[in-house]
This record gives sequence, structure tokens and C-alpha cells, in this order.
Amino acid sequence: MTTPATPTSRAAALEFRGVTKRYGSGEESTGAVNDLSFTVPAGTICVLVGPSGCGKTTSLKMVNRLIEPTGGQILLDGSDVMSEDVTALRRRIGYVIQQVGLFPHLTIGRNVAVVPALMGWTRERQQARTDELLSLVGLEPGRYRNRYPSQLSGGERQRVGVARALAADPPLMLMDEPFAAVDPIVRQRLQDEFLRLQRALAKTILFVTHDVDEAIKMGDLIAVMEEGGRLAQFGPPEEILAHPASDFVARFVGQDRGLKRLSLSTIADLRTEPLGRREGLPTFSPDTTLRDALSILLVADTRGGVALDEAGQPRGLVTVDAIASALADDRPRRAARA
Amino acid sequence: MGGGPSRVPLMDLLTVTAQWLADPMNWQGPNGIPARLSEHVALSGASLLLASLVAIPLGLWIGHTGRFSWLVLSSANAWRALPSFAVIGLLVPFTTAIDPNLGFTLYPTLVAMIVLAGPPLLVNSYQGIAGVDRDLVEAARAMGMRERQILLGLEIPIALPVIATGIRSAAVQVVATATLGATFGFGGLGRYIVLGDANHDNGELFGGVVLVAALALATLALFLLVQRRLVSPGLSSRTAG
Repeated sequence: MTTPATPTSRAAALEFRGVTKRYGSGEESTGAVNDLSFTVPAGTICVLVGPSGCGKTTSLKMVNRLIEPTGGQILLDGSDVMSEDVTALRRRIGYVIQQVGLFPHLTIGRNVAVVPALMGWTRERQQARTDELLSLVGLEPGRYRNRYPSQLSGGERQRVGVARALAADPPLMLMDEPFAAVDPIVRQRLQDEFLRLQRALAKTILFVTHDVDEAIKMGDLIAVMEEGGRLAQFGPPEEILAHPASDFVARFVGQDRGLKRLSLSTIADLRTEPLGRREGLPTFSPDTTLRDALSILLVADTRGGVALDEAGQPRGLVTVDAIASALADDRPRRAARA
Repeated sequence: MGGGPSRVPLMDLLTVTAQWLADPMNWQGPNGIPARLSEHVALSGASLLLASLVAIPLGLWIGHTGRFSWLVLSSANAWRALPSFAVIGLLVPFTTAIDPNLGFTLYPTLVAMIVLAGPPLLVNSYQGIAGVDRDLVEAARAMGMRERQILLGLEIPIALPVIATGIRSAAVQVVATATLGATFGFGGLGRYIVLGDANHDNGELFGGVVLVAALALATLALFLLVQRRLVSPGLSSRTAG
């Protein structure tokens, strides 16, 4: 083949500039958005989180113009989304929703290739891209290509939904509660797989959820929204957990925000103490989160645990006190994703 | 109408009907079964086609846009209650005023067939489209499908089983109405029923009945076959699980 199935990957910066949406006369009506401004750098995941009716889905749908804003601007790589042809705009924005929205009358292969087909790719290129994407989301193409959505489990369907959104290699993806419809175990696996994918793809992603834990796990940046469609706080997860900007944010992220912060850092980030005797102590691999390490130490009831390095060699002693002081640090380092 | 066959034993009726159907004389000439059958089929096909050309696009459009849906449901249900025979009778004075000759024989039945085929076509096209999950339509729109592509590539294929059911009922309705038209001098298989009744010929009368019933069943079977070929296996419950 002369043309590669995968175009060169790229991501776009997304900016909300004073975006407002009013329904009728009531400014406070459900789904309204009030003067929303924030910037999502190219290649990062921004999570919109907030209670229901806070306007997070409305904000998401204004990006691909399923809903037209009343005021303000949404800029994609600096150009106003309102200035572009709406169909062309939507074809370069991936879209994943909770209900998945696979076409029941088309095979999985044809579903993934919907946007490439709209864009007039040749059959061969569509098929090559479809197989590539199915493999990418962990579905063996030979087994799944010719099946129908009704023959798949909820988790498998959601993977197909992600593959479909990625088909034309969009610089931006919109994801509206994409993992909310599956059970907690499948959800966690899908989240982990998606984060692993994102490390390779580095798309710009706007992600909506009502679940704080999901927001903390998925987001490089979090936009907390409150009733009336106002932005309550915008920043990286550590900052929102360490310094909630208002009572609303503090209440929304929960009493356990300290523990949640610990889940953002790993053993690799922690300063350790000299090891000494190590018999009978639990060991921690570098990617163990501090939250898990704390839990294990409390249960084990020992003076500490052994931090291992990448090679599996002991690096130093981890204690409950060391973990507690990591929380006291003004800006604990973010769990490395690369 | 002439004397009914009420006192004829069933076995005799079956015998004379079989005899009439087997008689080679009834299979030739302008009043022969092939000629009457093709008349019946041609007129039914033409009116179904004409009705479809109007009612299906209208139903699809109303279903897609959601406009005037109240009109479809209320009028179509009233319409459906109309008895075919009454419709033909009501039309006669108007069509004879326009064309004294064919206005009595051909047009009232033809118009009635078209008019009566409308409601199932219209209602099912509308309901088929309106029943497509709105989240699915929004997802299609969000992927950059244009309205026409959404209708042709998503809504119609998903609505096809419902639309096909409408076409099937309309087809059977049309085949049945064409039979009634024979009373007014319209051709088709209904002629045998009218003539058999007038001539006290039970063989001809029930031969006609058998032929009309067979045609209605064949129509049903044909449309079911076509539907099975056209509807995606992804929509059938057999592929689930």
C-alpha cells in the first residue's frame, strides 16, 4: 500500500472564551452555561465534572455544535468553531457517548469506518484502518469485524465506540460519560486501557463525567462546574484536591480528598528513609499508588515497607509518616504517566 | 344479487370449484384466468406504486422532522376505518362526471385502491422513522452525517421492518379492494365472483374466491421474502446473544 492507513497523529488546542448558553429567559435553567472560560492545551485530557444539570454536557455539545452557544467563542487551534462548515468540523472531532450509539444494522467493521466512508476513503484504506483500530482497542479484527453490535457485550461495544471515534484520527475527542454504562470492573479496565492508549495517541480530549473519582483518574486538568453553569474551579487534579477554591468544590470532591490525592502519587515519587532490616516487611513496586501503600501498611502493622526500584531492587523504607508528609507537601508530584 | 350457494353441500362445492379451475377453457381468452390475473396484478401494482410514491416519502419526512405528526396519526386512523366498498361507491358520481365511460368502471376502484393503500404506508413510514433512537441520530449527526445521509443511511435501514409491514398490509388491502371493483365493471379476478353469482355458477364463483385468496397469500409471501432479504441481520433478534 502506498497510503498508510493511519494519518500522522496530531492534536488541537481547545479554548472556551466567555461561552454562555441560555434557555428561554431563566439563566439558572438546567443545562445552561454561564460565561465559561478555560483552555485545554493540545494533547491533554480535560474533564468537565459537576452535579447533574450543571451544564457540562451542554458545554461539550457546543464544541461540535450539536448545541449552538448564545454567546462567547469556542476556539479549536485558534479558529472559531462557528466559522467552519458544521459537517467538516464534526468529521474532525471524535464523539463517544454513554449509550455508545453504534448503528445496529451495520457490522462492527462498517461502524468503525463510518467517518472514513463519509470522507470518501477507498474500501481498502477503510478496512486497513478498521482492523488497525480494532486491534488497538483490544478486539481481534478477524473475530469482530463481521459481527453486529447486538452480538457484543457492553464493554466490547464501548471499545468499538472509542475505535469509531478515533477512525479519522481526529485532533479532538469529545467523550460524554463514556464508561458510565458498564459495571465497575469493566469500567476500571476501560479507563486504564484508554489512559494507556492516550499515552500513545496524545489527543486533546474533553471528557464529561459526574464521578469525581473518574475525573481525578482521567483528567490532566479538571473543570469543576456548579449549578447555573458556572466554572467553580479549573486546574490539575492535585490542585483541586489540595486547594479547593470554594466550599462547593470542597464538598463536591468529598471528605476523602486527602486519600484521593494519595492515589495520584506513586511509590516512585516518594522520598524514602534508610532501609535497615527488611525481614517481614511488605514490598512496593514503583507504580504502587501511595493510597494503596498506606492501606497495605495499616493492615500489615509493621514499621514500614520496602520501596523497590524499576529493577526490583530495594530502594529504601516507606513509612506511614513519610506518606503523610507527602500529603503535607504543597504540590505533590503527579503520578507519572509516561 | 343472485341466489346464494347456501344449500349446496361442501363436497359438491369443492368438486365444482376444482372442475372450474381445471377447465382449460377458463385459462384462455380475454376472460381467461391468466388475463384476469394479470389485470388484477397490474392494477394492484400500479395503485400500490402510486400510493407509495406519495405516502412513503411523506411519512419519512414527517418522521424525520417530527413536524405534523399529530396530523398523520389522527387522520390515518380515521381513514383506516373507511370501508372500501363505500369509498368506491362515493367516488362513482365524481368520476362519472369527468369521464362517463371509464368513470364508472376503472377510476372509482383505482382511486379507492390508491386512497386505501395510503394509511398503512404513511403511518408505518412515520412510526418506523420516529421510533429510531434519538441518541443514535444525534451520534450520527455528531459524526458529520448530513440530514439526507442520516435518513438514507441510518433511519430508513433501521425502520425498514416497520415500513415493510406497512407496504405488506397496503398490498393485501389493494388486492382485496381490486376484487370489490368488479361490481362496478372493473376487471380482475373479482369478475368471476360477480359473474358466478349472476349466472348461479358456483364453480366460477368459488374459483374466483380461491384465486383471489391465493393471490393475496402470494402477495404476502412475496413481500415477506423481499423484506427478509433487505433487512440487515443486525436488526434481527436471531443474531442477538
